[in-house]
Parts: sequence; structure tokens; C-alpha cells
Amino acid sequence: MAKYLLLKHYRGAPAAINDVPMDRWTPEEVSAHVQYMRDFAARLEGTGEFVDSQALAPEGTFVRFDGEGRPPVTDGPFAETKDLVAGWMVIDVDSYERAVELAGELSAAPGAGGKPIHEWLELRPFLTAPPTVTE
Amino acid sequence: MDEVLLRSLTPGVLAVLVRRGADFAAAEDAVQDALVEALRVWPADPPRDPKGWLVTVAWLKFLDATRADAARRRREDLVEDEPAPGPASAADDTLQLYFLCAHPSLTPSSAVALTLRAVGGLTTRQIAQAYLVPEATMAQRISRAKRTVSGVRFDRPGDVATVLRVLYLVFNEGYSGDVDLAAEAIRLTRRLAAALDHPEVAGLLGLMLLHHARRAARTASDGSLVPLAEQDRTRWDTRSIAEGVAILQAALARDRLGEFQAQAAIAALHADAPTAGETDWPQIVEWYDELARLTDSPVVRLNRAVAVGEADGPRAGLAALAALDDSLPRYAAVAAYLHERDGDTATAARLYAEAARKAPNLAERDHLTRRAARLNAGR
Repeated sequence: MAKYLLLKHYRGAPAAINDVPMDRWTPEEVSAHVQYMRDFAARLEGTGEFVDSQALAPEGTFVRFDGEGRPPVTDGPFAETKDLVAGWMVIDVDSYERAVELAGELSAAPGAGGKPIHEWLELRPFLTAPPTVTE
Repeated sequence: MDEVLLRSLTPGVLAVLVRRGADFAAAEDAVQDALVEALRVWPADPPRDPKGWLVTVAWLKFLDATRADAARRRREDLVEDEPAPGPASAADDTLQLYFLCAHPSLTPSSAVALTLRAVGGLTTRQIAQAYLVPEATMAQRISRAKRTVSGVRFDRPGDVATVLRVLYLVFNEGYSGDVDLAAEAIRLTRRLAAALDHPEVAGLLGLMLLHHARRAARTASDGSLVPLAEQDRTRWDTRSIAEGVAILQAALARDRLGEFQAQAAIAALHADAPTAGETDWPQIVEWYDELARLTDSPVVRLNRAVAVGEADGPRAGLAALAALDDSLPRYAAVAAYLHERDGDTATAARLYAEAARKAPNLAERDHLTRRAARLNAGR
């Protein structure tokens, strides 16, 4: 019973094996990819392991506090920012091994030529609630 | 209406349906439907015999559900030999339900979910909220679990250790939400102890009561963790401690030691000390030796190193620690503590910071970060 975040990057992850930009795929390949993602989420719902899945717009804004009584400062987007998160899936699984297995399956989503993208996904454990028994 | 009373009746009702020949999954659904009905009807019209009412309504729900499908013929057979109460007692029924819900073919999370619903009588929504997953996910987890155990024969007890592990998980790994999982685990373990006379069941119940007794003292008003040595012991629940100790003593007297009794004994020794300084550490070390013998768990040896550090000084604790694998969870935290006690604040601060980076939960991380910060600030 542990939650993991499967993080998908626009930028910042090592290059995928089948690394063709999505706009160079055929429309059918795009549809097949989208369908694969939907089926994957539905399957995890079926196994009782799905928690959440969201996609993010590629462009965002950096914001920071600028002192009492002043509006926050905004900046960006920065083209040079190394990491750009594209979206995530949150899963609730029995073991780290199961999380790795699922991440591997998600990374097999089809891309150009209908072949798996072999995309690198980042797997991050959630911090949990503290246990009751401590000694 | 007393929801706890209502929920305490569910395993018995479920067992009656299964005894009458309903398959487990369908029976469990029917009981849930009956519970929902009870919550609706009882406030205005409380029944004289709550359990009888639930059995009747759940049985009708079960018959309704099976009416339309291919099980019709089977249902008619069932109706004919309907009230065939088996020779088994209510306690036996409850017991078999515990075993079924903790069946070894289930993953830990499935066993936990099924136990909370079928034995605990919680709704799917409550369980989903308690474990921070969507209700649809939890519903699927439970129905898969029911399918997994649907072929298991409901007539003989299994290994009690599997049930205890599930109850321990409910107690130890809950989030703090609307459903108090620790209290729920105690309730379920208490009922198991009433149905099954077994020293390890008693040991687990004692362990839970002794740890639950410290609950109010374990977190500060800002939510931060308060370590055992710094807890305000006047806030410990003395009634819960007394009950836990009595249950443990009766279990230990039977001379069939197990890991939960040994863990409870350690908790009891802490509970027994009026101040942290008066803790009987040598005896705690002995119990850790027993526990290491019983479980062969590296985590136990890690905790033992802490106890050795208190009993024989931090150098002895560090020596005990040196024999262990430094990739163990919380190894750095233990090392930091022992170095701090040994007066090596620089090393301790560095290790606390490292431990904070590796902490598996936020409260622990914050606690360890504060320790590092305090040492770095020279306080």
C-alpha cells in the first residue's frame, strides 16, 4: 500500500528510444497512443490501483511573493528550464516492484510506426503518514 | 442510532447468509445493501431485534439480486431449505470471516480493504477516504478481492498469523481521516480475541492498546512528532495502558511467546516508566533479543541498537549498529541519534540531514530536519 507518482516529461528526461515528436506521427498513431493511455488508466481502475491522472499544458508561469502589500512577481516561461513536466499518473500499489512493472507498461505506449515509445518515466514514491508503532 | 453497534452486527449477518448457501461476494453485497437500508429506516423505526432485522433484509436483498439471473434455480433450492442454521456458533462464523478476508491469496491492500468492509462493516466510501484513493478504485479493489476468495471454502480456520498481519497493517499504516483506523483496528482485534483464544491475538491487542494510549502525547499541537523520550507522560491514557498490560500479562503467562507479545512487552516497559530516564533499558534489550530470535528482522536489530545505546551507552549502541546494513530504512536516523548522545554533534547533524532526505514520511522528515537545524545552530 504505497502511492507512487509516474511522471512524464516534455523535457528533462533522457531521450526515448522511439523518439519521434508526436506531430510527426500519423493521425492513426496518435489515436492509438491516446487509446492506450485511456485503456491503461481504465485497467488500473479495474485492479483497484488507480488514484489520479492529469496532463499539464507545456507553458506555465513562475510566481513569487514580492513583499507585503505588493502583487506577486511573475516571470517566464523560461525556455532554458531543464525540467518540463508533461503530466502524471498516481497509483496505489502493494510494492515498489509492482510500481516499476506498471511504469514499464505505461512506457510501452505506442508512438511512431505503432512501435512502443520506450519513454523514460520518473517513478517517485509519496511520503506517507507516520506509522503508529515506532519502537 | 449507534453506527458502531450496527457495524458490529455485520460479520454475524454475513455469516448467516453464507451458511444458508449464498456465495460470499453476493452475500457481502446484500449485507451492505441491508446496512444502508438500516441507516435509512432505523432512526425513525428501530427494530426490537437488530440482528434478526438485518438478516431478514439482507436475505431478501440477496434473493432480489439473484432472482433475475441464471441462479434462479439455485435460489429456489436455497429457499426450500432456508432456515438451516448450522451447528457452528456465532464466534466460529466471525472467525471464519476474518480468515477469509485475510486469505493468503489476497494482496495486503486487498485483504485490508475486504476486512474493513466485510468484517468491519465500513462502507466503500469510508475505506476509500481512509486510504486516499477514489471510491471507484476502492470498489474495484474490494470486488476483485471478493472474486479472489469466492472459491475458498467457508468452513475451516486458516493461519491466524495472516489475520494478525492484516489487523496490524490497519492499525499501523492508516492516515488520519474521518475514519479512525487505529480505533477500528483495535475494535476488530478485540472481537477476534473474543472469538479466538490465542496468545498472539492477545499480544497484538495489548500492543495496539499500549501504543494507542500514547496517541495524544505523540503529536504537538502544531502536528509535529514528539519522540517518546520527550512525550508528556501525563497525557498517556492510563486506562488503555492498564488494559493492555493486563491482556499482555495473561498472554505471556501461557508461555507461547510470539512477535506481537514481545513487541507489546517492549511497549509495556516504556509505559511502566514514570519518566524517560527511568526506563528499564536492559530489559528492553532482552526483549529485542527475543524479538530478533522470533522474527530475524533487520528493523528489530536497528531498534535494538537504540536500546543498547540507552542501556550501555552510545558507543555500545554504535557498535551494535556497525554490524547492520547501512541501507536499512532509518539507519541514518539511528546513527545520528547515537552520535548526538555521544557528543559528536557535527556528525550527528550531518546524519540527521541525510536521514531527513531519506525519511519515508513528512512528519519524520520535518522532525529530523529540525534536529539537524538545532545542532547546526549550536543549540
